[in-house]
Amino acid sequence: MSEIATPKFVRAPTLRRALEGTPWRRFVILAGFALAWELYARWLDNALLLPTLGATLSALWSAILSGELPSRALTSLRVLITGYALGVAVAAVLTTLAALSRWGNEALGLLTSMFNPLPAIALLPIALLWFGVGTPSLIFVIVHSVLWPVALACYGGFLAVPPTLQMAGRNLGLSGGRFVAEILVPAAFPQILSGLRIGWAFAWRTLIAAELVFGVSARSGGIGWFIYTSRAQLETASVFAGLLTVILIGLLVEGVIFRSLTRITVQRWGQVQP
Amino acid sequence: MNVAPRLTGVVGDAAVPTLLELDHVSISYPTPDGNLTAVEDVSFKIAAGERLVLLGPSGCGKSTLLRAVGGFLKPTAGEIRMDGRRIAAPGPDRMTVFQEFDQLLPWRTVLGNVRYALERGKSLPRREAEAIARRWLERVGLKNFVDAFPHTLSGGMKQRVAIARAFALEPALLLMDEPFAALDALTRRQMQDELLKLCEETGSTALFVTHGIDEAIRVGTRILALTPHPGRLAATFDVPPETRARGSSGFGELERRIQTTVFSTPEIGHV
Repeated sequence: MSEIATPKFVRAPTLRRALEGTPWRRFVILAGFALAWELYARWLDNALLLPTLGATLSALWSAILSGELPSRALTSLRVLITGYALGVAVAAVLTTLAALSRWGNEALGLLTSMFNPLPAIALLPIALLWFGVGTPSLIFVIVHSVLWPVALACYGGFLAVPPTLQMAGRNLGLSGGRFVAEILVPAAFPQILSGLRIGWAFAWRTLIAAELVFGVSARSGGIGWFIYTSRAQLETASVFAGLLTVILIGLLVEGVIFRSLTRITVQRWGQVQP
Repeated sequence: MNVAPRLTGVVGDAAVPTLLELDHVSISYPTPDGNLTAVEDVSFKIAAGERLVLLGPSGCGKSTLLRAVGGFLKPTAGEIRMDGRRIAAPGPDRMTVFQEFDQLLPWRTVLGNVRYALERGKSLPRREAEAIARRWLERVGLKNFVDAFPHTLSGGMKQRVAIARAFALEPALLLMDEPFAALDALTRRQMQDELLKLCEETGSTALFVTHGIDEAIRVGTRILALTPHPGRLAATFDVPPETRARGSSGFGELERRIQTTVFSTPEIGHV
């Protein structure tokens, strides 16, 4: 067949290119929010109810310097990542079974509709009965909070894979686990990725909530416990510092990990617009 | 009533072995309003080296037949045999080029798509698969696009990748499901010519589905016309090599003959 020539690209002006990639609008919004907080807190003048942004930041800074907050955050993250990985793994097994068999399909449909609306934190009393006070209970509720939304998103993604693409895969003789892993999973990656995002957010809130419930008796608590003890000691600035830490870690994971994952996968593959 | 003539091999060459045989095949779908018969009692044979075209309007079940040959769905009655064995599942010995552009894996590059097909379909080691893939992509004119992802390509180029992928696996039978129907008229003509050239160079056996009479004459060696609702064989036409040239007197004459003898409705035919 005749040769097709490569297209030529024209570059945009430098300044526009420099601004285009940055989320400068977000910084403006953030600065406005910070200013409003600071002004309102000063006008309120009640450090017990609402400390100023400056006081919160200095509490955050000293908690970081003393090493307490980093070690609390690390404790939380360790539990979080363990539970998250476990939840995603179980979701992967369940959705693979669902994609391959009618029984698996029915089982997943039934389980997700039963358990997805159930708040993970509601299982904490059961978890405490079964696993006692400690990390295993936390991991149990986190797995529950991650598993169902991720499984639901994965399976929805599988169902949305174009029939032609599935036939193209089966045409090569693919079947079973290989068909799922090499055709369905990458084809459904946009939905899987958003499921992983939702799962991450669910895991975070479940963990913090669980730590708040029985942080008091746990020997090495996480951020939830830090928030709880700070409130008990009426150090409201530290409570806000704990909350800020939760937000910052969430932003970091979203902005660095999930965004780069999106960029090197589904954006590059043209499955979603950048 | 069965107007379909019994068909055997290439006319005038009894020595060519039969590759594919459809034996009284009927296919029906379950729908909310009951079973719908898409294809009824269709029998034909394809001999090695032949390019058989299933021609008919939409609703004549030609794509359904092709999918059954591909192994993607099972006939409700009758049997489809390849080399004497009943077709039970899809396989790389029957590579399909679909009409839809989303038949390429979006997460693999142009080269990756063809290479992956060779690795999985023919169990070739990566290096060998890549060499073959590069050769075929060059042959379809995509040498400059091997590292591009499918979403950056035009429709015609995507179909070229799919064609390269199908040919690279050297299937016993090529299945083409209206591969150029979604292309613009100019690109379609060019692709028809280039596909014909590839088929003639490789001596491939092909089953080609189309609703365009001119396309059928251009790419086929034999044309089976189907009538719709349900799909039945209506007539068969041999396409002599000299008729294949566009604008030749034989081309126009055969086009008219198919048009008048098979399709009385005017909207069918030219695309």
